[in-house]
Amino acid sequence: MKIALPFFAIAAIVAVIYSGVKFYNLQIFFGIVLPYICFTLAIVGFIARIIRWAASPVPFHITTVCGQQKSLPWISHSKIESPTTGMGVLLRVIGETIVFRSLFRNDRASLYKDKSRVIYSSDKLLWAGALLFHWFLFIIVLRHLRLFLEPVPYWVITLQNMDGILETTIPGVYISNVIVSLSVLYLILRRFRSRIRYISLPADYFILFLLGSIILSGILMRHIYRVDILDAKAFIMGLIYLKPLVHEGLGAMFYVHLGLVSVLFMYIPHSKLMHMAGIFLSPTRNLKNDSRMKRHINPWGYPVKEHTYDEWEEEFKDALKEAGIPLEGEDVRLRQ
Amino acid sequence: MNKPEEIVKDIELTPKKGDWMTPEVEFKKGRYCYGAPLKHQQYLELPNPREWQPSDIDWRLPDNWQEIILKGMADLLKKNRSFRLFMDICVRCGACADKCHFFIGSGDPKNMPVLRAELLRSVYRRYFTLQGRLLGRLAGARDLTVEVLKEWFYYFYQCTECRRCSVYCPYGIDTCEITMIGRELLNLVGCNIQWVVEPASNCFRTGNHLGVPPHAFKETFDFAIDEIKDLTGIKIEAPINRKGAEILFVAPSADYFASPHWFTFLGYLMLFHEIGLDYTWSAYASEGGNFGLFHSMELAKRLNAKIYAEAKRLKVKWILGGECGHMWRVIHQYMDTFNGPADFLEVPVSPITGTRFEHAKSTKMVHITEFTADLIYNNILNLDKSRNDKWRVTFHDSCNPARSMGLFEEPRFIIKNTCNHFYEMPENTIKERTFCCGSGAGLGADENIEMRLRGGLPRANAVDYVRKKHGVNMLACICAIDKAALPPLLEYWVPGVEVCGVHELVGNALIMKGEKQRETNLRGEPLNTEGEAEEKE
Repeated sequence: MKIALPFFAIAAIVAVIYSGVKFYNLQIFFGIVLPYICFTLAIVGFIARIIRWAASPVPFHITTVCGQQKSLPWISHSKIESPTTGMGVLLRVIGETIVFRSLFRNDRASLYKDKSRVIYSSDKLLWAGALLFHWFLFIIVLRHLRLFLEPVPYWVITLQNMDGILETTIPGVYISNVIVSLSVLYLILRRFRSRIRYISLPADYFILFLLGSIILSGILMRHIYRVDILDAKAFIMGLIYLKPLVHEGLGAMFYVHLGLVSVLFMYIPHSKLMHMAGIFLSPTRNLKNDSRMKRHINPWGYPVKEHTYDEWEEEFKDALKEAGIPLEGEDVRLRQ
Repeated sequence: MNKPEEIVKDIELTPKKGDWMTPEVEFKKGRYCYGAPLKHQQYLELPNPREWQPSDIDWRLPDNWQEIILKGMADLLKKNRSFRLFMDICVRCGACADKCHFFIGSGDPKNMPVLRAELLRSVYRRYFTLQGRLLGRLAGARDLTVEVLKEWFYYFYQCTECRRCSVYCPYGIDTCEITMIGRELLNLVGCNIQWVVEPASNCFRTGNHLGVPPHAFKETFDFAIDEIKDLTGIKIEAPINRKGAEILFVAPSADYFASPHWFTFLGYLMLFHEIGLDYTWSAYASEGGNFGLFHSMELAKRLNAKIYAEAKRLKVKWILGGECGHMWRVIHQYMDTFNGPADFLEVPVSPITGTRFEHAKSTKMVHITEFTADLIYNNILNLDKSRNDKWRVTFHDSCNPARSMGLFEEPRFIIKNTCNHFYEMPENTIKERTFCCGSGAGLGADENIEMRLRGGLPRANAVDYVRKKHGVNMLACICAIDKAALPPLLEYWVPGVEVCGVHELVGNALIMKGEKQRETNLRGEPLNTEGEAEEKE
């Protein structure tokens, strides 16, 4: 149910766009109206979500420390895993975002039952799969810049040439397409494994199927349902300069691809994909480990009911006297 | 309780088919903590006070309890970025799943950190997000029902706030934050446990969790002084509430009332005497620990206030803190925020070595292992390591000093300078990746013994590994809850390994000026055990 439903949802989206364009000539709606609406919602939603996060303060200093603290000068401290400087925090957050530092720690616990023992084995597959997926998706996005920029910057052309270096077919296969497809397949397949399936929600499958279908439609457009690249570019430049115009040469697959991307964008602010921004705001990672060096202020801190020393002394006066513990105001020297 | 092998046989780390979204909870004996007694709820003026037990069918919640919780959630979302963010960004990648000691030890899928958070997240989606309101269950949203509330209680009191999962989470989602928020919400409708509320109430009234009044407090010091006299022939002093001392020393109350904490307590007293420290204990701030932290931020602040107040009253220059885990979470990450600024104190400087503890320049409180490591580094102490030769020692990093402070090398430096035989447990189980004892965050209650033993399985296993490999027979740690929880845990899983504090090892090794020939260690066991350690080589 939680797998079938998102699958059919994606299939339905594809079918609606495809038939809308193919049989009802709704190019203007799916090629122009829908992208404008979705991109607007995406940008507004994205910013609104970040503002909402940022509006909630960080009342306490809750760094998760993963290395030796800075204390005595002769103990070498971990400058990134237990940062005390802005640079240290920056490197820590960069490490999390570009090489997935924390995910790299992953290991797997399993039980040797006959020996009643827990064992840990290195488990870097998730790290590798996630890293490949994110990086190569990023490369694909950069490659798409050739459709958005005129003139096309030199580095985009270089990137594209490097990506297409395996000229095995015509048109050439992009390495990034292969890797992204395989890594999405891996991410989908692992969600079928029982433990991950147990914790997964329909939304987790939806997003993977959506990404998968975007990748698939892109690849189909390049290798099978060919789209004239110049037409595509002219169309996209029209969208960007707010002079949208429907071009004849763009097949239904182009609209499917564009429509799916639009749906993805619209969905981002309401989905777990917001982790792309949230990771920078995570207080366990973006705070220094300096909470004894510098006072952290809680903006909503309020006075609380305390049991003061005077009240305490009043309650335990006899016991204190019996024990010979000095009372407030009493001169200690007299007693000794 | 079944035999260890039988327990392990039944653990299944791959959840069977099914769906976590239907709330299901059974309060089985041995797996939950008792409810807080009315008297203590009333003393602390907690909401909805009543006698109750989690196993009751009717929890006697206020009529508008859902409204109270949802309002509380809205309020906490506004006040805590962590809460809001952690509700929104989890991708359910599952990296945290097998990092939780309670999951490894029980196989209960809702003990996977991701699902523990989903228990709360599902309610967040239902009432605070568009898709949850529109799509309900399809969007992973659940109505706030009594069953959901009971599930919250069961699983938020099955988390020791150890933060191990947060080390592994690619976004740093911290289940400790989730659990703290969950407990805050439960407290709004009067659902809390005896093992948290009673110590907190005691601490508020008498100054310490155990409810030790000042004269009994003084008596334990007299016992300790006598014991040290018997042991070393030296009569030491232990000043209490002495105004004008340079340093206020605050330790968890278990140190002076429980075993094996007691030997650490003796170690502190001997060390302070030996270096001639100008210090005082306080009978008012006679607790370093803070069970308020396991209840709510407000109660944590109420209990913590005593430490600075007493430092101010006694006109000390700075504060030294004993061996305790969650106490140091509060001191390192919360105290200055709660009750600072401590502008009436000075930046801590060791009066013996002159070392300025710059890293504590704002909070003005130094950890005893930082202080002692500095003494040893500067060759102040005369140490005879062979007095600890009976022990082949490993070190258990306590969750809070490890993952909240990064206090890794200081205690190890002390152990290496007071013991001849020190062995590390496997690296997946120490330092930032250390495993909890399974009894933290107020879960150390006797009635919760099955969950505690299950939660302690990964830690015990790592101890077993070094016991078999190196003959380890002593586990040193710097946490009062560890010292209480680990002896029964190890007795169950790894018989033959004992537990001590780091300053017990210091007390043993410390050659005091004018001491008589020591015949026993602090535990009263004969020192002359040469060869015993070698036999195991």
